[in-house]
Amino acid sequence: MLLIVDMNYRKDSVGYYEFVLPIASSIKDLEEYTIRHYSELSRTDIDRYSRIILSGNALEDKQVLTQIEDFAWVGTCEKPVLGICAGMQAIGLIFGSPLKRCLELGMTWIRTVKRNPLFFSSFKAYELHGYSIQPSEELDVLAESEKCPQAVKHKKKEIYGVLFHPEVRNREIIRRFMDL
Amino acid sequence: MRLAVLYSGGKDSMLALLKAAEKEEVICLISMVSKNKESYMFHTPNIKITRLQARALELPLIRRLTEGKKEEELKDLREAIRRAEEKFKIEGVVTGAVESVYQAERIQKICHELRLWCFNPLWKKDQEELLEETMRKGLKVIISGVFAYPLDKSWLGKHIDKEMIGKLVALQQEYGISPSGEGGEIETTVLDAPLFKKRIEIMDFNVESDGNSGVFQIRKARLTEKCY
Repeated sequence: MLLIVDMNYRKDSVGYYEFVLPIASSIKDLEEYTIRHYSELSRTDIDRYSRIILSGNALEDKQVLTQIEDFAWVGTCEKPVLGICAGMQAIGLIFGSPLKRCLELGMTWIRTVKRNPLFFSSFKAYELHGYSIQPSEELDVLAESEKCPQAVKHKKKEIYGVLFHPEVRNREIIRRFMDL
Repeated sequence: MRLAVLYSGGKDSMLALLKAAEKEEVICLISMVSKNKESYMFHTPNIKITRLQARALELPLIRRLTEGKKEEELKDLREAIRRAEEKFKIEGVVTGAVESVYQAERIQKICHELRLWCFNPLWKKDQEELLEETMRKGLKVIISGVFAYPLDKSWLGKHIDKEMIGKLVALQQEYGISPSGEGGEIETTVLDAPLFKKRIEIMDFNVESDGNSGVFQIRKARLTEKCY
């Protein structure tokens, strides 16, 4: 079963409709899922699921990044994880990659720079972020835009981050993640 | 959080308002009145009815006229949002965007420049589900504009009910029309909604149509007691 982690500023927020439900609708025919807010997750909860997606959040929402200790479980997680936007930023911080200012809004060209099972070649994707990450040595960069890293993967684990929003355009990326 | 809703008077902005009001505090409405019938951002029939809708909602309304020229209208929108911030101390803006990355990107940009939050509670919502939720929540909505084959004047002024949703979904299957009008195929006007203290009664209207294009123009309307 898939766990979708709500990364919005609080549980049951207005951002839930925009950043969480579209992920759920991307995979609803593929697998059962549960949605939980990041603040209410424990290690025991994580162990119950086969894979995990961390949602994005609003452009002005910095709340989750001030509570990065809530994501310590990502560092030892052996299951497939996909972080979207704020989810990628959280994965970056957990693996020692500081945030780097990079504002991108709207449809943007993405170029694949390392072979991976989620996407290939160049494609346009929907962006809504004020920060990317400066990837540490623990992460491989999989894709870039003209401005900054757009996708990363942990070198030894099935932990991925994408800065763009595949639940808006390129939903097949989420479906491929479900096949990992 | 104190929020303003970009309000066109149609079903999407009304549904977005209801969803936002369930989670945060909706403080005011913002309506852009475009002179340009081809505007991608703002043109909608019966935009003038937002005054009456705002009264029904007992919310202040900021209206701004725009020529509707491509980038100029964004400056006008920015100015309207800035005014809402100044006057009502809003912290964020809500839109009824469903699929349009064109609209979403531009409004996100304005909000970011003004350091305001931006929410799109209908974002990527399935269109049939959107219509059903409109009905489930008790919105009374009429079709006030048609702009695609095979729609014509016979659809104008009709209420969106279960039967109408069935017809619109059938058109999607046969002609590829977006059932909730996301591609601009139909425009709607809300006459009643859960947060309305009174409903809108149409006193006089005019239908203008030409083949597969037409509008149901409300010429005179008033607020009246709701029927329970």
